[in-house]
Amino acid sequence: MNRSRWKLYLFLAVGLAFLYIPVLLLVIYSFNESRLVTVWSGFSTKWYGELLHNRQLLDAAWLSVRIAATNATFAVILGTLAANALVRHGNFRGRTGFQLLLTAPLVMPEVITGLSLLLLFVTMEHTVGWPAGRGFTTITIAHITFSTAFVAVVVRSRLSQMDRSLEEAAMDLGARPLRVYMSITLPLIAPALLSGWLLAFTLSLDDLVISSFVAGPGSTTLPMVVYSSVRMGVSPQINALASIVVLIVSVAVLIAGLLSMRQQPAAKAN
Amino acid sequence: MIQELLMRLHLRDRQLARVVNIGTPYLWLGLFFLAPFAIVLQISLAETALAQPPYTSLWEWVDEGVLQVRLNLQNFVTVFSDELYLAAFLNSLWVALVCTILCLLIGYPMAYAIATAPERRRVILLMLIILPFWTSFLIRVYAWIGILKPNGLLNNLLLSVGLIDQPLTILHTQTAIYIGVVYSYLPFMILPLFANLTRLDFSLLEAAADLGCRPFKAFLKVTLPLSLPGIVAGSMLVFIPVVGEFVIPDLLGGPDSLMIGKMLWTEFFSNKDWPLAAALAICLLGVLVVPFVMMQRLEQRMGGDEL
Repeated sequence: MNRSRWKLYLFLAVGLAFLYIPVLLLVIYSFNESRLVTVWSGFSTKWYGELLHNRQLLDAAWLSVRIAATNATFAVILGTLAANALVRHGNFRGRTGFQLLLTAPLVMPEVITGLSLLLLFVTMEHTVGWPAGRGFTTITIAHITFSTAFVAVVVRSRLSQMDRSLEEAAMDLGARPLRVYMSITLPLIAPALLSGWLLAFTLSLDDLVISSFVAGPGSTTLPMVVYSSVRMGVSPQINALASIVVLIVSVAVLIAGLLSMRQQPAAKAN
Repeated sequence: MIQELLMRLHLRDRQLARVVNIGTPYLWLGLFFLAPFAIVLQISLAETALAQPPYTSLWEWVDEGVLQVRLNLQNFVTVFSDELYLAAFLNSLWVALVCTILCLLIGYPMAYAIATAPERRRVILLMLIILPFWTSFLIRVYAWIGILKPNGLLNNLLLSVGLIDQPLTILHTQTAIYIGVVYSYLPFMILPLFANLTRLDFSLLEAAADLGCRPFKAFLKVTLPLSLPGIVAGSMLVFIPVVGEFVIPDLLGGPDSLMIGKMLWTEFFSNKDWPLAAALAICLLGVLVVPFVMMQRLEQRMGGDEL
């Protein structure tokens, strides 16, 4: 038994190395002086400096961040409502359809979602005059649509594991359901809301395919800039940008992880 | 009296909560996820036109009270008769199948190792699996270009060690697609498998061992059948999106590795043939209905815990 454990851990280590080495190399070579990304010629931070002067890229990044934050906020609201429906309302009529609508966006190929949303927006503009043109609004709506499904998964698992005795106590003391939800349920599922928000934020920040379909002229998001630059070949600036993204995401995930770890023993103690 | 009033208030509150909780997401997803498919179907039956938007309307009023409807099936005829599209569909399914199996072979032992690790270590290991899932997909695919290209890091390493004396051509081949897909989708396989394996009752394995069952046989007879729901969930999370994948075949694949997601993109963005792109989307949806129904069945039986 012990010997097979050892082999299992070795396999796990190799698997994790496979997941991490490419990203690690990317970060290392972002400090490479040479323009040829894969030939090491000396340590330099000049690509980070050039990144800061790339107006097109900075504008795109700002647009992406605004879209991602708006998307994450709406997706957390919709995803939490959906999780409430699935966990708290039992077998309502149309539950199967409801569940279908919530799982399908998780796996739907992006080209299909992107194309169908674009055709919807074009048809809507043609018939009701809204949304006029494509850009921030259409990209955000598209992102909310798929992010909601991811948030619902995260919040749902937290909500179904939650200890309901506090809620029941508050109800017995005469608090109305909305009040109970606001002052007891929400604080208890707050870590899930936070990680749902962060997940929706990164999913949106990362989306290339769906955004490309529903974007209009003048609304270029960060992944679109990265994509058109990558198609020309590897570039040290993209390496530098990637390293910054990796740093931000690692810190965010670490914080979220620590928060939930600290929450768990507390929940158990209660 | 007061008691009764409160009860009635609570009941009203609960009904309101029900309407809001169920209605809002239903409405949003119905409008922005479900309704668009009807429009895609409609436009797949239209014709291209030099107009804005670039397709014809399906109906028009020709006379007082006469509605002329014109359905163009040519796009579907093209999709089914052109060998290029058929080859792309078959290759997409093949790539998705190979990559799902590879993800399963690599992901299962990893998920098993994490699920059976001591509790404290488990959280950290799980976070290590989730972390790359959060970093940009595009950037992780990009990382492989630098590794796999002819004068890239892998070839440099192998050349300097002396294992090869000619650079290997990996980038822009189907092999590069396999590597990119397995790399990007591996966490999607591990997470549902882990969720399933942590709830496995390991005393069953002890019982099997006590009764003289060898470990490998116990694995085949006990662990594997019990983890089947996790295997199916993980496989669907990999298989379905990979069939329509665009970024990986576009950046890592070559001209000979046709995939349907990339062809749809080309029809739409390069050829500006919206109706044909819509027809391809409808066919792709048709192909994915079977695995999707399988996933949905499982999800209902499991109460959604696997995903």
